[in-house]
Amino acid sequence: MTLTEAWRGFRGQAWRTVIDVRAFIQDNYTPYTGDEGFLAGATPRTKALWDRIAGMLPEERRRGVYDVDVATPASITAHGPGYIDRETELIVGLQTDAPLKRAIMPQGGLRMVENGLAAYGHELDPKVKEIFTEYRKTHNDGVFDAYTPEIRAARRAGIITGLPDAYGRGRIIGDYRRVALYGVDRLVEAKKAELGALDDAFSADTVIRDREELNEQIRALGELRAMAASYGHDVSGPATTAHEAVQWLYFAYLAAVKEQNGAAMSLGRTSTFLDVYLERDLAEGRITEERAQELVDDFVIKLRIVRFLRTPEYDQLFSGDPTWVTESIGGIGDDGRPLVTRTSFRYLQTLRNLGPAPEPNLTVFWSPRLPEPFKRFCAALSIETSSIQYESDELMRPVFGDDTAIACCVSAAPVGHQMQFFGARVNLAKTLLYAINGGRDEMTGDQIAPPTPPLTGEYLSYDELAPAFDRMMDWLARTYVNALNVIHYMHDKYAYERIEMALHDHPVKRTLACGIAGLSVAADSLSAVRHARVRVIRDASGLAVDYEVEGDYPAFGNNDDRVDAIAVDLVRSFMEKVRRHPAYRGAEHTQSVLTITSNVVYGKHTGNTPDGRRSGLPFAPGANPMNGRDRHGMIASALSVAKLPYRDAQDGISLTNTVTPDGLGRTEEERVTNLAGVLDGYMDAGGFHMNVNVLTRAVLLDAMDHPEQYPQLTIRVSGYAVNFVRLTREQQQDVVDRTFHGTL
Amino acid sequence: MDGAGVISSWDLSVGVDGPGTRFVVFTCGCPLRCLYCQNPETWRMRDGRRVTVDEVMAEIAKYRRFIHVAGGGVTISGGEPLLQPEFTGEILRQSRALGLHTALDTSGYLGDRATDELLADTDLVLLDIKSADPVAYRALTGVDLAPTLRFARRLADLGRPTWIRFVLVPGLTDAVREVDVLAAFVSTLRNVERVDVLPFHRMAIGKYRELGLEFPLADVRPPAPELLDRVREQFRNLGITCS
Repeated sequence: MTLTEAWRGFRGQAWRTVIDVRAFIQDNYTPYTGDEGFLAGATPRTKALWDRIAGMLPEERRRGVYDVDVATPASITAHGPGYIDRETELIVGLQTDAPLKRAIMPQGGLRMVENGLAAYGHELDPKVKEIFTEYRKTHNDGVFDAYTPEIRAARRAGIITGLPDAYGRGRIIGDYRRVALYGVDRLVEAKKAELGALDDAFSADTVIRDREELNEQIRALGELRAMAASYGHDVSGPATTAHEAVQWLYFAYLAAVKEQNGAAMSLGRTSTFLDVYLERDLAEGRITEERAQELVDDFVIKLRIVRFLRTPEYDQLFSGDPTWVTESIGGIGDDGRPLVTRTSFRYLQTLRNLGPAPEPNLTVFWSPRLPEPFKRFCAALSIETSSIQYESDELMRPVFGDDTAIACCVSAAPVGHQMQFFGARVNLAKTLLYAINGGRDEMTGDQIAPPTPPLTGEYLSYDELAPAFDRMMDWLARTYVNALNVIHYMHDKYAYERIEMALHDHPVKRTLACGIAGLSVAADSLSAVRHARVRVIRDASGLAVDYEVEGDYPAFGNNDDRVDAIAVDLVRSFMEKVRRHPAYRGAEHTQSVLTITSNVVYGKHTGNTPDGRRSGLPFAPGANPMNGRDRHGMIASALSVAKLPYRDAQDGISLTNTVTPDGLGRTEEERVTNLAGVLDGYMDAGGFHMNVNVLTRAVLLDAMDHPEQYPQLTIRVSGYAVNFVRLTREQQQDVVDRTFHGTL
Repeated sequence: MDGAGVISSWDLSVGVDGPGTRFVVFTCGCPLRCLYCQNPETWRMRDGRRVTVDEVMAEIAKYRRFIHVAGGGVTISGGEPLLQPEFTGEILRQSRALGLHTALDTSGYLGDRATDELLADTDLVLLDIKSADPVAYRALTGVDLAPTLRFARRLADLGRPTWIRFVLVPGLTDAVREVDVLAAFVSTLRNVERVDVLPFHRMAIGKYRELGLEFPLADVRPPAPELLDRVREQFRNLGITCS
């Protein structure tokens, strides 16, 4: 196919000579400011296809995994073609040769694979085990060769935790659109040019590594071409129709999820890109609106069935089998035009056509400047499905530009130009307890951090605690960056993301995405010590194990500066401490205030805290105020969180809100208006992210008892959505116990 | 005016205390003892917290920008806010001066205490009419109906935008004839923009228990959807917007 044919009718020049998808979008997209009236429903074909998958899901839930190939280590080309229904599928391609059949990816770590298989009654093929023990080292093996005793102790104690040292780090988004726009051959050519530019460079470590990686990238692009060919498609050249554009883009993404079991395998920002193709085909009379929607529906069905083999321990951290196929929708361009197109609506419409679902992780880039009908459509769907999250376009665009996408939950980066080293998070609440106990763990009594003088007064003194906590955070930051550098060195070495990086520019900008958990517990504890009186209860060995709070203290989540300023200061100061330690490959340090569902596990591993929280109880998720302490409603609660400085948390600040339908208004119309208004107000106030759940507690309680009746009940937990019925019982209870705003 | 009042709490609500996101001041003290009252903690002034108007306005100021962007305003509720007309009037006046939409949530029983100036500072009155039948009204609230109806007519004469609120309690306020009487009365008021039929619920039982009180309607069930539809239809039949 010639370029003339593939690019017929496209405008602009810049993107033709260099790889620049953003320029292509800007030159060719048509903003849409109308309402959802044009959308098509699900066709009988789409419904039948989705029903086949939906019919398999109860069985998958019962067994944990539907099926798994225990003998074939995954790669882009390891599995032959597979189909849901070859006759009727419009968009083809599966991770293995059958739907919901999982692959093993031992490069990350063999134990993860073995435990994952064992948990679901499967056993690893002995040959694979032999290869990955006798002949081939894994990422996990490498990491533990280079961890220090201190890192191991901190990890074991649960103060530094959730680290991607035994699983794929994920959070890297290939620019999958490039394959549709340029075809693989052109991308290989560009990679060869990047490689050639290193020919004259002296072979220092960095140059050697870059050359090897670029060759791996070129090889992966070849495998992508071969994989597509196995489905009867030739992706050497650019897509010539919308159908091909969706298919090419999906093949590129599919190659990534065949190769990597990353914690988050996000999609990027594809709707407005594909809109250019869909609108061209519509204008040419090649397709109808109904067919345009079918292509999107089919694509989304594929995204809904991305699966990875994971262990029960992993599930404790990130519950509900998430894959974070995050798709970023909407936002405003640098030139002020909204990036909302008809296809932005078509993506969201899948929630109606196929019913609610946690994946893909639909993420709307919100700005008060978005077209009103689009805002209303989003709000209406949130109310119907609780499946959408919102992130501030106004905060991201100035930092990352207008072709930015979210990896995982809240981590923004310009697509194809920047990647991150995912760093999970540290437990700030536990760190505070270490400061009180001189580096001893409050649950085991073990000395984890280097010994410092413990606080010995009967009552905690703010003037003693604050500096002790500050010093403990110094130790924590150093140990943390130490651990992350080891992890990412080894991940690059043993589990490099070949195809994802092939869809990035070289050189790429890197960030080291650190994170904190337990922010509201730590802030409230400091507030209690400063504004009330906190008596310490110690055991026989002098270890502080409990606290009695005498009097009231202002709690985070009430828009009260007396405590909100403490939280702001913690975010700022931990970021500053992290920045002091050089990051692997010159990455720029960032941090998130995000827990995913690990707030439950962190809480379980943290003793009584001076805010009055009992040992073992969950933290609030992400940057949320502690449940029940935000006493003045959702808005006051959200405005406390909006104060946290984005410049010191550019990996994202997560807020999850649950409101009852009545808590948004009395009629459907009012609820939509009010929710859109609340999102406008929150983003205007500097809020970064909001998960919106519109639910009643009664529905959740009923779903706990009758899961079979709620197969698609979706709830946003902390930067992602899950099928409620797939959460562990403990996490279901945590969700039920959270603050529900509104009349109950 | 002494620049102070007694409140139970303040809260931010969305879509339930007037249009949009509202800063709601719950004043303390109420002459009514409605059987289904959801806020028994606001009955007696002595249970409340004394605050100055300046303190309340400082809190409201924190939300001015948010409310401006999100849409909404300030609602003074209770308790019965007209038990403290100077305090209530001052908050309404100052809120309005900040450019915020203002709403007064009242039973109307003390409507005579609302000056024309106070009402001029009120963009919207949320008027609870618990029943249009004097006997039923007294049984339900412990006080006379007449002042409320008088206040409703005065609001109509002044042309103040008003939403009528009516709590539907099965067995107590659901008689067809009584609803018809109320609907007929409301239909004569040109200033009424809508009627909200609020389904009775028992969510306040916990609060009663904490206060050592018995919830009088503990055995009454919330109205069935069909009953709600029927009652709303009775209002709509007279050309009234009803939700």
